[in-house]
Amino acid sequence: MPKLVKDGAIIEDTWQRLDKPAGDAADVAVPEGQVIVPLSVWLAQRNALQARRDIGVWIDSDENALELGEDAKTLPLVAVHFPGFMDGRAFSSARLLRERLGFEGELRAVGAFIRDQLCYLSRCGVNAFRFDDETTDLEQAKNSLKDFTEFYQAGVDQPVPLFRRRA
Amino acid sequence: MYIYDHYDHEILRQRVAQFRDQTQRYLAGELADAEFLPLRLQNGLYIQRLAPMLRINVPYGMLNTQQLRRLARIARDYDKGYCHVSTRQNIQYNWPNLEQVPDILAELAEVEMHGTQSSGNCIRNITSDQFAGTAPDEVVDPRPYCEIIRQWSSFHPEFAFLPRKFKIAISGSQMDRAAIQVHDIGLQLVTNDAGDIGFKVLVGGGLGRTPVIGSVIRDYLPEAHILTYLEAILRVYNLHGRRDNKYKARIKILVRAMGPETFAQAVEEEWQHLKGAQSTLRSEDIERAKSYFTEPDYQTLNDAQAQAGVDALAGEHLAFSKWLQRNVRAHRVPGYAAVTLSLKPTGIAPGDVTDSQLERIADLAERFSFGEVRTTHEQNMVLADVRKDELFELWQAAREAGFATPNIGTLTDIICCPGGDFCSLANAKSIPIAEAIQRQFSDLDYVYDLGDLDLNISGCMNACGHHHVGHIGVLGVDKKGEEFYQVMLGGNASNDASLAKVLGPAFEAEQMPEVVQNLVNVYLENRTDEELFIDTYNRIGIVPFKERVYAKAG
Ligand code: SF4
Repeated sequence: MPKLVKDGAIIEDTWQRLDKPAGDAADVAVPEGQVIVPLSVWLAQRNALQARRDIGVWIDSDENALELGEDAKTLPLVAVHFPGFMDGRAFSSARLLRERLGFEGELRAVGAFIRDQLCYLSRCGVNAFRFDDETTDLEQAKNSLKDFTEFYQAGVDQPVPLFRRRA
Repeated sequence: MYIYDHYDHEILRQRVAQFRDQTQRYLAGELADAEFLPLRLQNGLYIQRLAPMLRINVPYGMLNTQQLRRLARIARDYDKGYCHVSTRQNIQYNWPNLEQVPDILAELAEVEMHGTQSSGNCIRNITSDQFAGTAPDEVVDPRPYCEIIRQWSSFHPEFAFLPRKFKIAISGSQMDRAAIQVHDIGLQLVTNDAGDIGFKVLVGGGLGRTPVIGSVIRDYLPEAHILTYLEAILRVYNLHGRRDNKYKARIKILVRAMGPETFAQAVEEEWQHLKGAQSTLRSEDIERAKSYFTEPDYQTLNDAQAQAGVDALAGEHLAFSKWLQRNVRAHRVPGYAAVTLSLKPTGIAPGDVTDSQLERIADLAERFSFGEVRTTHEQNMVLADVRKDELFELWQAAREAGFATPNIGTLTDIICCPGGDFCSLANAKSIPIAEAIQRQFSDLDYVYDLGDLDLNISGCMNACGHHHVGHIGVLGVDKKGEEFYQVMLGGNASNDASLAKVLGPAFEAEQMPEVVQNLVNVYLENRTDEELFIDTYNRIGIVPFKERVYAKAG
């Protein structure tokens, strides 16, 4: 089973992620078990899927995380997707999920991000990292979470900017 | 000047360690080229035509003598004994070894300097007025705000992978010397009727391929809210800026596509959620920043007496009087003046400075200007706090060291990017063009008589040489592998900012001195007593210039 980094530990990934549907999102058959569905599928099948506790939603970089609205408070997992590691929209989407929508579940980065982005991603509220590149050395990647231990600005991890904490 | 505390040092130490690790992984083949690219850029490292280029931030242009000496040492130990002052007030090394860059950054960190976010798709070094704190027309000293914004933007976790680079400039004076209208965000410090400090906010200005003058999206933003408001602008840009085409990815394209009003509304909506958060500045936070930019230990001087002394010497020494006229500016404190050291003698690439010259400048700063120096976006250096009664002595020392060319603001004070000699993006060389023009106008008296005339040269459309805002702008273009130069007229980076208009078909390198001479001749023949080149151009228009240049050059 593939692995991921979550809350600083390496664990097995028990979730399955569905691709975006080519056709109508309403027609997608969502399998049993822990499934991360595309935002479009969630929005189209929300009433049926809401009854399940094992459904997560992934948001692509060109999608608006705010469309989850109040649902964010009840979902166990939301993923933000990197189509390429240079596409930095997921950083903002993650903050919106945490700071605007009050999402408290597992916030997962998925896709083509790289290890050197972990520290900043975690500052934006991401707490789980599932690399597309399965050759990534997760032990090493974990170290990147600690690239910095002090920061100037407010973040999800530390809402008080340094200028208010300086003696 | 800002002084690091243990937090700043720790953060920078961690950055150097991070980049050292990234460089080692790259050299060991564990980090792919494409992945290392943005990481090295965000530490200032480009891979250029001939060698890497390392760009070091000079936050809003301020340097102390310890930093100057360290820059000199690095030029000597890791480079070919010189460096370059860029058009964004930064310092560039042209010949470092990739393997040694982490060591260079470690040496810089010791003197509170770095290359963090000096390149790449992130918030770049904040630029400002080189005469901040000393200019008589200053409304509010911009430096404390520059520092607050520098800290906010440094290692910002959300905005390190923007659609494109992002430049912020701040002006606190009546006359804009920071070119805020051609930045991604331009901030003008203002006071309202109650005397409270705030910002006029411009967005979407910029040079490059599509030059645009920025739009005002807010006339008055109280100072307390600057960080949350910037965060709102950046978030709107990060989420909505184009990522499909790097030539359309700057914020100016987004602002234009949405329309400035709609863009302003989107920012306003986003800001409503951020307003009042912990990033709001309390008065003690602003006071703390201001405490680093207190006045140096000015003496109480008799201005009239000092001025009389200067005038008397000027009467005896014509060269000194010309230098006073061009290179010395008024200061708001009686008995003091601000002096620009010219890095533009003929025959030296504009903005280049050697290790020993940097050390000479440090000596001069210590002796004459409280140990501080500023870099300028015109690629010169400034001693901002010189006693008038020491100007003559400074002039003699500066002349000996080669910094006293009395050409500041004149035709030979050319703004020039590194161009095809160094830059891998260039279409054409720019330094030899600058030199050829300087040689054409080697008669200092002649140049002096021409008065203010900005000539700016870029080696390609990226416009690092700010050619769109030169009174005369020169742009290197490539035609079937040959280098040509397009000439434009009428640009202006100051308060009444305007973009230059293309004169006509491009020229060969050899024609350029003559072309500029023809432009100058048209000015000389048409000017009235009070007119500068730009005034004459604005009055008579582009046609007479065009006719002359193409009649002769054609
Ligand atoms: S304007 Fe072009 S040639 Fe000149 S430094 Fe910039 S990118 Fe290079």
